[in-house]
Amino acid sequence: MNNYKLKYFLFNSNCLLINWPEEIDEKINNDVNDFKNVIESNFNNISEVRSSYCSLLLIFEKKINNIVELENKLDELYDSRMTLDKKDRFLWHIPVCYDKTYALDIDFVATQNKVHTKEIIEKHCQQIYTVYLIGFLPGFLYLGSLDKMLHIPRKKEPRLRVPKGAVAIANEQTGIYPQESPGGWNVLGNTPICLFDKSKNNPCFAKPGDKIQFFQITKNDYKEIEKQVGLGDYRINKKTIND
Amino acid sequence: MIKVLDPGFYTSIQDAGRFGCQNYGVPVSGSMDQGSANMANRILGNPNSKALLELTMIGCVLKFECNTHISITGSDMDPKLNNLSIEMYSSLEVKKGDVLSFGRVIDGFRTYLAFKGGIDSEKVMNSRSMYNGLTNQFKLNKNDEVHLNDFSKELTGKHEGLIKKMVMSNILECYKGPEFNMLSKQNKEFLIEKEYSISNNHNRMGYVLNQKIDNNLKSIITSHVLPGTVQLTLGGRLIILMKDAQTTGGYPRVLQLTAKSIDILSQKKTSSIIKFQLIN
Repeated sequence: MNNYKLKYFLFNSNCLLINWPEEIDEKINNDVNDFKNVIESNFNNISEVRSSYCSLLLIFEKKINNIVELENKLDELYDSRMTLDKKDRFLWHIPVCYDKTYALDIDFVATQNKVHTKEIIEKHCQQIYTVYLIGFLPGFLYLGSLDKMLHIPRKKEPRLRVPKGAVAIANEQTGIYPQESPGGWNVLGNTPICLFDKSKNNPCFAKPGDKIQFFQITKNDYKEIEKQVGLGDYRINKKTIND
Repeated sequence: MIKVLDPGFYTSIQDAGRFGCQNYGVPVSGSMDQGSANMANRILGNPNSKALLELTMIGCVLKFECNTHISITGSDMDPKLNNLSIEMYSSLEVKKGDVLSFGRVIDGFRTYLAFKGGIDSEKVMNSRSMYNGLTNQFKLNKNDEVHLNDFSKELTGKHEGLIKKMVMSNILECYKGPEFNMLSKQNKEFLIEKEYSISNNHNRMGYVLNQKIDNNLKSIITSHVLPGTVQLTLGGRLIILMKDAQTTGGYPRVLQLTAKSIDILSQKKTSSIIKFQLIN
């Protein structure tokens, strides 16, 4: 197991930020999420631990009084942590319709990156993405890394209404808009599945460290799956990842 | 129950916030000026967690369909009960049929209206705070009905301590943000010593400031932000994130406002002048 040099930063009176080396790296992100589980089971005065690509944010119920003592305790926990704290990780298969009705920017990406639309879809579906974090909007999954051929900057001016379910790309990332929202990512398609269910204890099916792979569906499939999702009958295909 | 005759500019139901689900990308939400909201609840003997109304810039007109007690704190919007001016920062008994109306802000920007026992609206992920996409609506509309429990008794358990009025200061106390030290010496001085004015781009998500800071910072890998985080964009804009802000961001985080300063900023409007002051 890798041991990274952690850096602590007092964010405000009751929040502590823990920084790993600043990189988008699966090993680092897995270490972040494993340590999150360790912290959650070793502190009883923390109201929430939030994870990101290469950092954790610890939100304490009360003001942090002794930062040195806290850092020592965290260092000790980090050095003695075990791989046993790993939660099961899953690979999720997500249906995406790349039909022109939904693929608002696929022609633009094709022209910009000089790739055929068919190849864009192939490349987008080929890759197995890591869920690095959930942020931006309730249930928005940040997925990486995208095939180099598809790297494209965010739009200069964000679109005012990116539709719910839009599957989009920006730089080396891809993601899915869980609800209609303004947004600057280039939209390649749309998924009929629900990414955020507020009635559930775990509103997102996937968690950081899980994997996602997209597969292409037709417009008719889309309508059919949409119906099943509406009735609560659609089960997303998942596999346990053994690593 | 109360009926909304006129929702005003932007009136929403808020409580102390939605906690424990930021890992799913859910904003904290809750009252922008938490100090004033807490005071409104305390005057009625309510716990701070009770849901109330947050009025913005131009207040609402409400008709009561039940008996209750109310209190009003925060900015002065010239509140009237049945067309007669009423006092803020004290409890007031209202009867079925009464009409409560507010005008435009005289000072500040947000007013808090609390009811004995709190508002009984839909709870999503343990909070009644309205947020677009999470609750069924994000602000009140004309003819909406807001549910309250009738309270016809005399008010007991009233707040007897000091009444703290909304803080009107131009100084925002803050901690250094995680990327503060990436700023040049000149940038740091500029940030702390200059006065800033609030642009017309401000809402429950954030306040954008008018003055720019030329900088050579790079974006960071998406990381955590909080209400009160001051981001510096690559184009030099300062954005102060507020209660409905997203949970993560990629702009350098140069300052972090204290809770008290978030309250102060919540009462600012377009063109208000502010100044940052470091406390660590």
